[in-house]
Amino acid sequence: MRGYGADLESLKDKKLKGQLSVKEQLYGQSAKAAAKTEKWIMPTEGGSLVAEGLEKTWRMKQEDIISEVDILSSRKACDISLRVLGPYTLVYTLNGRNMLMAGRKGELATIDMLTMNLIKNFQVKETVRDVVFLQDGQTFAAAQKKYVYIYNRDGTEIHCLKEHEAPQSLQYLEKHFLLSSINKYGQLHYQDVSTGEMVANYRTGLGGARAMRTNTFNAVIGLGHPGGKVTMWKPTSVKPLVSMLCHHGPVTAMAFHTDGRLMATAGMDRKIKLWDLRKYQVLRSFAGHARTLDFSQRGLLAVGNGSFVDIWRDSGGDQSFMDRYMNHSMVKGYQVGRVRFRPYEDVLGIGHSNGISSVLVPGSGEPNFDSWVANPYETRQQRREKEVRALLDKLQPETIMLDPGRIGTVRPTRATEAEEEDVAEVKEAAIAAAKASALKHKTKGRNKPSKMLKKKQEGIERVKRSFMELPPERESKKLKKTEEVELPRSLQRFAKKKSS
Amino acid sequence: MKVKVISRSTEEFTRERSQDLQRVFRNYDPALRPQEKAVEYARAVNAAKLEKIFARPFVGAMDGHADGVSCMAKNPNHLKGIFSASMDGDIRLWDMASRRTVCQYPGHKGAVRGLTVSTDGTILISCGTDCTVRLWSVPIAGAGESEDSSRNVSKPLIVYAWKHAFWAVDHQWNGNVFATAGAQVDIWDHNRSEPLNTFGWGNETSVSVRFNPAEPNLLATSASDRSIVIYDLRMSSPARKLIMKTKTNSIAWNPMEPMNFTAANEDCNCYSYDARKLDEAKCVHQDHVSAVMDIDYSPTGREFVTGSYDRTVRIFQYNGGRSREIYHTKRMQRVFCVKYSCDGTYLISGSDDTNLRLWKAKASEQLGVKQEYLDAVKDRYKHLPEVNRIVRHRHLPKPIYKAANLRRTIIEAERTKEKRRKAHSAPGSISAQSYRKRRIIREVE
Repeated sequence: MRGYGADLESLKDKKLKGQLSVKEQLYGQSAKAAAKTEKWIMPTEGGSLVAEGLEKTWRMKQEDIISEVDILSSRKACDISLRVLGPYTLVYTLNGRNMLMAGRKGELATIDMLTMNLIKNFQVKETVRDVVFLQDGQTFAAAQKKYVYIYNRDGTEIHCLKEHEAPQSLQYLEKHFLLSSINKYGQLHYQDVSTGEMVANYRTGLGGARAMRTNTFNAVIGLGHPGGKVTMWKPTSVKPLVSMLCHHGPVTAMAFHTDGRLMATAGMDRKIKLWDLRKYQVLRSFAGHARTLDFSQRGLLAVGNGSFVDIWRDSGGDQSFMDRYMNHSMVKGYQVGRVRFRPYEDVLGIGHSNGISSVLVPGSGEPNFDSWVANPYETRQQRREKEVRALLDKLQPETIMLDPGRIGTVRPTRATEAEEEDVAEVKEAAIAAAKASALKHKTKGRNKPSKMLKKKQEGIERVKRSFMELPPERESKKLKKTEEVELPRSLQRFAKKKSS
Repeated sequence: MKVKVISRSTEEFTRERSQDLQRVFRNYDPALRPQEKAVEYARAVNAAKLEKIFARPFVGAMDGHADGVSCMAKNPNHLKGIFSASMDGDIRLWDMASRRTVCQYPGHKGAVRGLTVSTDGTILISCGTDCTVRLWSVPIAGAGESEDSSRNVSKPLIVYAWKHAFWAVDHQWNGNVFATAGAQVDIWDHNRSEPLNTFGWGNETSVSVRFNPAEPNLLATSASDRSIVIYDLRMSSPARKLIMKTKTNSIAWNPMEPMNFTAANEDCNCYSYDARKLDEAKCVHQDHVSAVMDIDYSPTGREFVTGSYDRTVRIFQYNGGRSREIYHTKRMQRVFCVKYSCDGTYLISGSDDTNLRLWKAKASEQLGVKQEYLDAVKDRYKHLPEVNRIVRHRHLPKPIYKAANLRRTIIEAERTKEKRRKAHSAPGSISAQSYRKRRIIREVE
């Protein structure tokens, strides 16, 4: 039992509340004890790069690092050079076992990273803009020129998803089995790949998003729009959960930290900003362009720009101070398209215009994996079991929310709160209707734009004013109630008659 | 500079031979598990639904009696066997695994009202309305398991005749003495043809008797003058008496908390009392819609089972006000006796339709399947509306459902009337009495 405890405040049954709180305490104690013992028997240690004397870590080159580490690790740093089929993008499975590389001009290849075997290499003869793994390496989805296609591990096309038109980016939510895509018109689709049902289609209204990432902490999808706005979406609401104006120009890249508190965005206004997602404020702002961003499991930030990749690390522990950790520059002509850290390994995969490179970044990966979460040494049996269990534990799209701790809490059914919520909803609906109302088109020169605008705004103000009148009523109700309390209960019906 | 990179050797993380178990590595960092609470909630809902799918509590029926089953006894030394007696004087020993009669003990001329087994499990004691107490010898477990269909028929070891009809019998937990209930409460020894001692308080017949599991000299009886009397064998007079508004049909002591006992009452409720403080019930267990006929505790002391005149068997928790489970069948008529098996996994109910029925205590329990995680995750979230709705749902037969609704309406109406009476009278003139005290008339020393 590992998750946070259930919410007991809403319970009115004192006996049950007492029993459950005792149980929750026991769970907490046993979890702490388990964590304490497991700390000492973790099999692997994390990586590190320590500079001695006057050396600086960011001056270390890959060749120096490779010469210092053992053969097995040095083999992980490699270059795959493919010039023909366009800039390459890459994606890893959640356990870091398989990698999928996709060339813009239509090449798809899956590689088993443990044995460095090529699983399948095939060409689709069409533009491939983005790829994403579904369910642990057995199937993957490719955003091609017109539609999204789902392929098998052997390269067989299984599905063609026609509702996703001209997709630009794809994201996959594993626990919910939801594949989401955004196209250049700004249409966001959510599709359930286990049942095939289209869960949601939304028009963002802000144009196609160049940057699309998932916040793994709460399964919320973040989009970076050409207007500089970053919006966060969940499949059950028409409007975005959060809409932030991040940059003065288009947002070029974004990335979420694994613990959900930090977001990095890069824009064409030559700024890379780190945002605190609790207060939605800028923590830190750097100067520079970034074509791609990625956070590692241990909190390192990789920034890809031009033909070099910068890696930043927080030395303060609270992400407010990031300093340069490493730098990798490639051959001048290579344009970095995508950087992704490989899970559970100290490796950064770089997809560029001339293929794929992977570089060693000590200290970026989580050294100890949990076999029940992600196992790089999975056997076929284990994978099948995991798939069945994942289907059984599949989460519904309604469970996605900004604060995942709100699951298992009961909304308080106090009358005032319900009233306020209803009133707010009704008010918003009325304002939306007023804004959308079409004005009469006047003729003979009486149709000046300034007057039309004034009339429209008057309509909106009228609607708002009608809602503003409610609070005074409520105050008078409160006064009445205090009067009634003084009389005994059996006489209260007479009290009402008096005051009315 | 010092460089270290994560490097894992494949041998360390995979198994050596195919006969080895797969290696499992754990990391309890919550950062590796996003949305864990949502996953656990989804598992809780699924566990609740699976529990309902696998809920098959009825194991089998044992038929053989020719008249309604009036009482049962369990032998604590032999898990598999149960004794049952019927209204026509037929006593049988059943083997629960094969659901067949092992041994028959004919002899009683009228209804057998009480059955009990001695402490060492070798002697069965029965008493009935023909004013006799009979002692029978119990066959040894090994000999009774023979497959042949010829059932053994035994003669009684000894027959004691007495002056009045008997209503119940119970044996001391750690001694040689047994007590019978009838016009008076008599204490017998195995070898004496007359009772050692007689207790009587008032002129009423005692309807049931139970010895305390921990204190061998303490016993509780219930009488038809709506009282519960606690006797101490060492004292020559009764220790305590509690008079309620309605008659108690049966009493059971909690084997794990032996100062507490639960009384099955005619007013459809069961009342748990602390024997040291009888002026207030510890807990009132409400859910039956007709008189509760029999009650028995689980050996864990955490649950008890009740059989009622309304044709249902319910399982309550020792401190719970409502039943955890209800078992009913179309063929099961008025339930007169229930027993919880000695290992706490089965219930046996004996009813008016001459059958004994074997039920599982945990309806969705499957042998060999590890359910603890699913049970625990379901318990964690069972107070939330979605899970609660699934867990609480039971199909009730229509007469019970309607009777329960009617009862609820009546109780609500009475409560509203009480409230209004209180609101319209001078403050303080009507004192609210808790339900735990309301059913007690008085306690007498």
